[in-house]
Amino acid sequence: MSTTTSNPLGGNSNDAIKLFDGAIITRAARDAFGKLNPRQLMRNPVIFVTEMVAILTTILGVRDLFVHIPGNPASFALAIAAWLWLTVLFATFAEAVAEGRGRARAESLRRSRTEMTAKHLPNPEDPAIWRQRPASDLRRGDVVLVETNDLIPLDGEIIQGIASVNESAITGESAPVIREAGGDRSAVTGGTQVVSDFLVVRVTADPGQTFIDRMIRLVEGAERRKTPNEIALDILLAGLTIVFLFAVTTLVGFGHYSNTLLPVPILAALLVTLIPTTIGGLLSAIGIAGMDRLIRFNVIATSGRAVEAAGDVDTLLLDKTGTITFGNRMAAGLYPVPGIDERRLAEAAVMASLGDDTPEGRSIHAFVADRHGIRPFTPNDAVTVPFSANTRLSGLDADGRAWRKGAVESVLRMIGETNPPAAFNAAVDRIARAGGTPLAVTEDGSLLGVVELKDVVKPGIRERFAQLRQMGIRTVMVTGDNRVTAAAIAGEAGVDDFIAEATPQDKLGYIRSAQAEGRMVAMCGDGTNDAPALAQADVGVAMQTGTQAAREAANMVDLDSDPTKLIEVVEIGKQLLITRGSLTTFSIANDISKYFAILPAIFVATYPGLGVLNIMHLSTPQSAIMSAVIFNAVVIVALVPLALRGVKFRPVSATQLLRRNLLVYGLGGLVVPFVGIKAIDLLLTALHIFA
Amino acid sequence: MTIIGLAQIALVLAIVLALAGPVGRYIAAILSGERTFLTPVLAPVERGTYAILGIDPAKGMGWRSYVSALLLLNAVHFALLYAILRLQFYLPFNPGGVAGMPSALAFNTAVSFVTNTNWQAYTPEGGISNGAQMLGLTVHMFVSAATGVAVAAAVIRAFAAGGVQTLGNAWADITRAMLYVLLPLTVLFTIILMASGVPQTLLANAQVTTLEGATQTIARGPVAFQEAIKLLGTNGGGFFNANSAHPFENPTALTCAIETIMFLLIPFSLTATFGRMVGHPAQGRALLWAMGLILGLGALGCYAAEMAGTPMLHALGVNQALGNMEGRELRFGNALTTLFNVGATGTSTGAVAGFTDSFTPLGGLIPLFLMQLGEVTPGGIGSGLYTMIVFALLAVFVAGLMAGRTPEYLGKKVQAKEVKLAMLALLILTAWILSGAAVSLLLPAGLGALANAGPHGLSEMLYAWTSATQNNGSAMAGITSSGPLLAYGMAFAMLFGRFAVLVPVLAIAGSIALKPKLQATSGTFPTTGPLFIGLLIGVIIILGGLQFMPADALGPLAEHFAMRAGATY
Repeated sequence: MSTTTSNPLGGNSNDAIKLFDGAIITRAARDAFGKLNPRQLMRNPVIFVTEMVAILTTILGVRDLFVHIPGNPASFALAIAAWLWLTVLFATFAEAVAEGRGRARAESLRRSRTEMTAKHLPNPEDPAIWRQRPASDLRRGDVVLVETNDLIPLDGEIIQGIASVNESAITGESAPVIREAGGDRSAVTGGTQVVSDFLVVRVTADPGQTFIDRMIRLVEGAERRKTPNEIALDILLAGLTIVFLFAVTTLVGFGHYSNTLLPVPILAALLVTLIPTTIGGLLSAIGIAGMDRLIRFNVIATSGRAVEAAGDVDTLLLDKTGTITFGNRMAAGLYPVPGIDERRLAEAAVMASLGDDTPEGRSIHAFVADRHGIRPFTPNDAVTVPFSANTRLSGLDADGRAWRKGAVESVLRMIGETNPPAAFNAAVDRIARAGGTPLAVTEDGSLLGVVELKDVVKPGIRERFAQLRQMGIRTVMVTGDNRVTAAAIAGEAGVDDFIAEATPQDKLGYIRSAQAEGRMVAMCGDGTNDAPALAQADVGVAMQTGTQAAREAANMVDLDSDPTKLIEVVEIGKQLLITRGSLTTFSIANDISKYFAILPAIFVATYPGLGVLNIMHLSTPQSAIMSAVIFNAVVIVALVPLALRGVKFRPVSATQLLRRNLLVYGLGGLVVPFVGIKAIDLLLTALHIFA
Repeated sequence: MTIIGLAQIALVLAIVLALAGPVGRYIAAILSGERTFLTPVLAPVERGTYAILGIDPAKGMGWRSYVSALLLLNAVHFALLYAILRLQFYLPFNPGGVAGMPSALAFNTAVSFVTNTNWQAYTPEGGISNGAQMLGLTVHMFVSAATGVAVAAAVIRAFAAGGVQTLGNAWADITRAMLYVLLPLTVLFTIILMASGVPQTLLANAQVTTLEGATQTIARGPVAFQEAIKLLGTNGGGFFNANSAHPFENPTALTCAIETIMFLLIPFSLTATFGRMVGHPAQGRALLWAMGLILGLGALGCYAAEMAGTPMLHALGVNQALGNMEGRELRFGNALTTLFNVGATGTSTGAVAGFTDSFTPLGGLIPLFLMQLGEVTPGGIGSGLYTMIVFALLAVFVAGLMAGRTPEYLGKKVQAKEVKLAMLALLILTAWILSGAAVSLLLPAGLGALANAGPHGLSEMLYAWTSATQNNGSAMAGITSSGPLLAYGMAFAMLFGRFAVLVPVLAIAGSIALKPKLQATSGTFPTTGPLFIGLLIGVIIILGGLQFMPADALGPLAEHFAMRAGATY
């Protein structure tokens, strides 16, 4: 249902950047080393601890090369150290790949920008006197003149003029749009081009702070801040890391008491395999990829927080026109008066509409062609009678015959009919009550029947709303129609609630009361008077065609200006949260198997009986420990595609989602490492490494 | 395992589950200040208490005032108890002329009773006077239990409504918990215990001449009343050193079953209180089932381990049809003994009907592991529920994202602040248990306190620190904890285990209370039903228990496999 337009951020939305683009991978592999800087890694407590442990193990391994301690071979310590370093590198690599994909989008965006000059107006009252200045010298509040073929230097508000502007640099849509002073279309975006007429624009953003600049930084991840859920998850992971630090360091005491020698590399291996390195390594990649998925839908979020909030939304305010209905009234039925055949009415309706090029007129042609197979032909001497506000009807004269269609009252008055058949009146009443528009049709002054025009609900939208309801999301239709019409369409589309004769204040009021009931609301809007409601909503999506005020108030901007996308935005938000939760569960569930690999390996010398716990039958204590460490590192890389692509989302209830994901990632997290560790151990054994 | 044994276990648990609903709803009514059948009798006493103390029960407290009130109350009571123990020689009801307690021991004991732990580093017979038992210990069994109920009430209220500033009135909660819940139940069960043969007297120890003509001193005192609150309040501090294995505390198999019901009753009932007060009984039942399933499996596991007996005795041809009977009372048998000990460790009561030190290694691992899980199965009075709620928050947080929403529990979003405080509590418990045990095992003073070597010694030390930190109070015995290292070290473990958890929990409540209560939709993470119960159990075991696995492997597990190979310690 979303319109596919060429996307300046990444080509066509169907042609997204390949998951593993060669250039991105090469660059990411290089960046992964740069990210090893401990000061940068501090942001990620789990991986930071892993790096510290890797450093310690490396130092001890090198020492062992020179100081020979029996039963403590340097090769083993160094092998562990190498895999710990790989664990850290795989984590930084995951983040670098995600950033690389964002950067690739930003590059294509930046390519469209060159150093611009602007016509600065020292005196805004007099557009005749301007001075050429570099755009980078302009500041907020400056006024510039933009003429045909000029690029608009910075974001601004039109204070004078009307012009058509090519905004393809932002939207990818090449058809120019009209921008004019005053009203809802007064905002212009830096980097777009005036293709006709001229504009006087007051700059509203300093250089480097424009909409495109912010977009570039966001997709690059430079302005990425941790989102609330990420912060909370980080705390949980840091907490778990400290818990396991206690578990492993106190093991020195327990081991000493039990006469068990526990060299540092072994403790390091135990610690790193127990702390949640999988999710710790993938967490930021998941977040960046979530923003990236949104951008692929041509929606820019002003923060990661907004994407998360989208997943939490449980009430959607949807504009009727364009989202729920096609927006134009279309022919939906023919009701002849008694004694007249439906086909005859159909023919007359087509003739009456021959000169009518409005969407309504065309819809009558389409409807009749579809139902009755009637293809209209225009007689030679046909004269079109155009619609006028006075007569409120239109038609065609040809061969001395006359066909007319129009508002029922006007048509009846024209033909002097005061007592139309009861069936006709009933049909007119029914159509009006259902929110449609009845058009009376006459042929040579006699009434043939009525055409029903109505707001047609988009196919499939009802099912879509039913899905949303299953996901626990209420849909609310917002329309300027009266209550009767609104109720009829609401019923047909299957929304949960509607706001009829809606004013921006009504929207704001509705959002506030829904929030007071403990609901999270998303809406989209474009006008300046939508701004308060956009700001109040938990997720506000502004249309790119909207005003600057609306775009500032919203926390997302839809570059395609397609209000339907609100639904996709919610799904992407949910997918992000699900991916994070699934990998967390997987990571934590992995611990059980690692105990079964490592505990028997380190204690079996002291208590041979504990060898029973080696249920995987790993060949030697050393190969067991190595296998666990290798699995722990490799699983990060193996899960990078999942982190970037996101866990598959299905529009079902939370219970069903949970049951499925718990089964796949919870149970999978318990079982998979048993298989993986055993497989690695078999490989090590076959290669005679530590076996 | 025998059919009769399994039936005994099933019957006791069934009675507890049947009583949990009505008792829990009664407690909910009391905490909400509603009228109950005891109101006509006790309301004047309640009003009088408020009048004397100048308390306005309707005045709500924010979480900080609530914490301050509880800390102040407990601090004053600690000072009082410490003074009583030190000065007991000069105080009334000391017919035996027992001397004052030494300072380290008095400190440990006072902390132990204020924190609802009831770790007994002292020997009751000869170490403490009847007066100190009654006025010191028994009083604190009420105060510490009521403190637990009060915290639970505050936490429940935080979830019950949206955007609330206050968590209730701490003084009113404590007064009501004592007056309407603990006192009537204690009186009722005192009578039942007295009827079953438990003494209740202020007379001095009896001097009797035995059949052989020797003179024997038989300790006695106001046992029944203390026994009742000891169990109902999940305290566990026995009047006698032998605790509930002593015939004057627990004379028959029937009293053993009744006493098990007594300490399981209120912790399980509080889940129903929770369900009722948040207006969604199924939420309480979910917690009850998670608690009950772990406890039930633990009881069965322990019973099975003990009935399997020891391979060495089998090899010698000893008939072990009754199971491992070392350290057990014949009048209870293995089913009731293991159920009592497992239940008392699952509830932070810490009372014992048989000696855990004599259990088989696996049989002893189960009580140890239940304590390590954080005392939530069903845990101490009040503390079990609020710790369980912390685990529920963590479960919802870990897995809740998988349902595609910011995790919420009972309509309250679980965010960074709650996770931080919950992890802090978890961390404090883990740190004290593991560090305490590991450091003690490295120090000569710690090693000297152990009666056994090898993995069994490790188990004893680990058990002691776990028991203290988790405010359980049971001991594996075989460890002498009156030395300064353990007396002071474990006293601080008890203090941190109680208050360094209680304060973050109330802070969580304060934060949760302020949040709006979101409406549940089909997109909301379900926190009732088998799926959530399974998840919660998994999270309790993984987050609460996994960190102890390496230590447990070197203790009970190593001993178990060594025993199978024919080695003992």
